[in-house]
Amino acid sequence: MRPVANTRSATGIPTARLAVWWLIASEIVIFGGLLASYIMHRLAHDAWSQQAAYTNTWIGAFNTLVLLSSSLSAVLGHKAADEGNGQKAAKMLYFTMLGGVTFLVVKAFEWTSEIQHGFTITSNTFWSFYYSAAGLHAMHVLAGVIVMGIVAATAKKNEELHRVELIGLYWHFVDVVWIFLFPLLYIAK
Amino acid sequence: MSEEHTHHPNYVKIWAILVFLLVISVTGPMIGIKWVTLFTAFGIAIVKAYLVVVNFMHIGATRRFVPYLVATCLLFMLLFFAGVAPDVMKATGKNWSKPAWVEAQAQAGAEGGHGH
Repeated sequence: MRPVANTRSATGIPTARLAVWWLIASEIVIFGGLLASYIMHRLAHDAWSQQAAYTNTWIGAFNTLVLLSSSLSAVLGHKAADEGNGQKAAKMLYFTMLGGVTFLVVKAFEWTSEIQHGFTITSNTFWSFYYSAAGLHAMHVLAGVIVMGIVAATAKKNEELHRVELIGLYWHFVDVVWIFLFPLLYIAK
Repeated sequence: MSEEHTHHPNYVKIWAILVFLLVISVTGPMIGIKWVTLFTAFGIAIVKAYLVVVNFMHIGATRRFVPYLVATCLLFMLLFFAGVAPDVMKATGKNWSKPAWVEAQAQAGAEGGHGH
């Protein structure tokens, strides 16, 4: 017997997919509020550009490339799952996880360097925003990698293949958030 | 009752476009012209996000409920910005002021700074 979330569809959208979109909607408000607060403070304080000058654009760009590429593997996994190819879907999810882990490792080195140079979360409001926004995003990447591992394990056995699309939706959203964080924190100097 | 089958476009081609846009968003600000920076950094970010949401998340293929849900959340974000930004971005208002900020501005002005 398949779970209710896969079969029930009062809105015309499978309940599991609808639930992920609800999650994404709530995340829009969380990240949207944070980014809107950052933008209004940034516009009001020209001096923040001097602080932003210390962030490394190339590291940010590399991580953007990593996330965009991991989104590609996630959506290719979705395609494979639609074709009923659980093995390939799992393989694509493992590539996506590799992207997520690479992102986090790069972030760890970046933050270590910044903290060693004296830029901590309490240095000033710019760095508070920087660590809060990037840190919250990194936690979402970590959560995505963990859930993706669980989904990949079942997909490999050709079970619950619809979940591949669901974790993909979440992952693409995390990618979209970074697409906006990148210019805000690394380019606007 | 399930939705229609998802149409899968050429994802590699879309990824290549996204990477190309990333290159522009990094190199554009190097020119040093403010409006070019704004366009290449933030304008292109919107285009990239659109490409991901439409092609990877297939928002157009879902029932209208989902785009409306997302649009409502974005609207609330704009409402939040419009409601709070004046308090954050201005030093004084009709019946209020931020003495510490005004003082800091005056000090920066005295020191020949341009910032707030």
